[in-house]
Amino acid sequence: MKSLAELAEIRERMKGKVILCEGSNDTRIVVGLATCGIAAGARPVFETLAEGVKREKLDRVTVVQTGCIGICQYEPVVEVFQAGKDKVTYVKMTAEKAQRVLDEHIKGGKVVEEYLIANANKA
Amino acid sequence: MSEKACGTGVQTSLNDTVFYKTQRRLALRNCGIIDPESIDEYIAMDGYKALGKVLTEMTPDGVIDEILKSGLRGRGGAGFPTGMKWKFASGNRGNVQKYVCCNADEGDPGAFMDRSVLEGDPHAVIEAMAIAAYAIGSDQGYIYVRAEYPIAVKRLQIAIEQAKKYGLLGKNIFGTDFNFDLSIRLGAGAFVCGEETALMTSIEGNRGEPRPRPPFPAIKGLFGKPTILNNVETYANIPQIILNGADWFASIGTEKSKGTKVFALGGKIKNTGLVEVPMGTTLRHIIEEIGGGIPNGKKFKAAQTGGPSGGCIPASHIDTPIDYDNLLAIGSMMGSGGLIVMDEDNCMVDIARFFLDFTVDESCGKCTPCRVGTKRLMEILDKIISGNGEMEDLDRLEELANYIKSASLCGLGQTAPNPVLSTMRYFRDEYIAHIVDKKCPAGVCKKLVRYEIDPEKCIGCGMCAKNCPASTIVRTNYTAPGHKLASMEIKQENCVKCGACMTNCKFNAITKG
Repeated sequence: MKSLAELAEIRERMKGKVILCEGSNDTRIVVGLATCGIAAGARPVFETLAEGVKREKLDRVTVVQTGCIGICQYEPVVEVFQAGKDKVTYVKMTAEKAQRVLDEHIKGGKVVEEYLIANANKA
Repeated sequence: MSEKACGTGVQTSLNDTVFYKTQRRLALRNCGIIDPESIDEYIAMDGYKALGKVLTEMTPDGVIDEILKSGLRGRGGAGFPTGMKWKFASGNRGNVQKYVCCNADEGDPGAFMDRSVLEGDPHAVIEAMAIAAYAIGSDQGYIYVRAEYPIAVKRLQIAIEQAKKYGLLGKNIFGTDFNFDLSIRLGAGAFVCGEETALMTSIEGNRGEPRPRPPFPAIKGLFGKPTILNNVETYANIPQIILNGADWFASIGTEKSKGTKVFALGGKIKNTGLVEVPMGTTLRHIIEEIGGGIPNGKKFKAAQTGGPSGGCIPASHIDTPIDYDNLLAIGSMMGSGGLIVMDEDNCMVDIARFFLDFTVDESCGKCTPCRVGTKRLMEILDKIISGNGEMEDLDRLEELANYIKSASLCGLGQTAPNPVLSTMRYFRDEYIAHIVDKKCPAGVCKKLVRYEIDPEKCIGCGMCAKNCPASTIVRTNYTAPGHKLASMEIKQENCVKCGACMTNCKFNAITKG
């Protein structure tokens, strides 16, 4: 890195990818893959989502790993970000649940309410 | 607030929960948001902007002044002002080799703050260490991280490689004449290596043992050169302070403790996890609001902070605003941020023994007060727990604890008696119950627990005897009025106090006392 301008260039290029801009059609799915998440079984969840997105050629959707969001009790955690909408937090996920989120929420546009954090203690 | 997802009207986001809303995330700002293995995503969140600002706009002394002014204190436990540490090491820039180290040897039972930062936002630590190196005039850094954190180590390695590739580590960073290189050193899991002098001895390739201070590391540290050593969480705050200014940081927290603190919530609490709150937040708020309270309707008894070096905060102090000085005043300490919640089912003598058992194991053995003293302390506790204690033992505990505190070489020994002293201070009646009544009020200490069957309530079904692993429950000759079968009885001499009889009795005929 030889200059601040170079850094600013990367920043501008990446900004819209991490925090989706208003009007963007992209979807960003993050899966908590810190020790706590992995111990609770986040790897198969991540793989299901990543492979599903690739298989179905959902090129406006990215699946990334992230660190610990703090709710170790509810791992594995999956969060879905779409521009102009509140992020959606799914908790206590499994590979099967991830597949359903992919089919109903990501492709179908309908939030899978059963898996939401707000309903985590009701089941 | 934007429209609810898909107009469901349901709370969809973690951000809407009480758990999240009252937190303030500075050190954890990127954790759970960015991909820790992508330097580009870190840069998108203003990453390395602070380093750029420091190198192109600020003098090294200006950086130190800014950190001093922010009031940032070490997050590793002792709370020494970070800016002061840097100032002490800043003399004679350019003429002597200096080192910048990061303490990621997180060893307190139940603490995982540093692990989460390293796993979630490793570049923040790298950037901060480069800033520190510029401030004191160093060109080499070491991160000492325990080998038990393989994911943290892997992500750090990836982050360092990416930073090198981008020229954010290496020579002539941002086209200036500032050079900085960084390597990882793995710790083998000895608790004492979290102590600064032992940590540096270990980096040097020797057995991790502390040495007397002074000389302090800022004067004579790693390889005998001036060295600064900060904790992971301390570093994670640095880029934010540079970007937003010292005044911004100093506006958060209390008069003497600025900023936020990350706590690892564990024990008897609904929301186990990692939280970050402004300094001065009360324990009650953390436990009842953010933590969601104690499960199963049990009563809060105490919270343990600071791990094996800290103490227990009883329910009577639950409204104390948490900062460095308040915690010290009530006989505990901030520590690195482990916060273990205990309810009425926890025996405080047993808790003290648990932490002491840990320090006995982890004492490096170099100095006698710690090596022998902690062992003797534990023997007295064992005596009390097994029902052989005398009232004089309490005085012996206190006297010995104070000797260990004042005579030990390093922080490990100097703080090892804290769990004993603080439980004796707030829960003396429990110690007395163990000694005088030979009873453990919480029913934890097995040698003092006694299971008994009430012959009037027992219907003689025999479920207890069937489930008794020691086969020590027999039928008596007595049949209570209205019952068809004779009642059961526990022969105490062979009872292993497992409690299986009580769990399997459907008629509440078994009592534990």
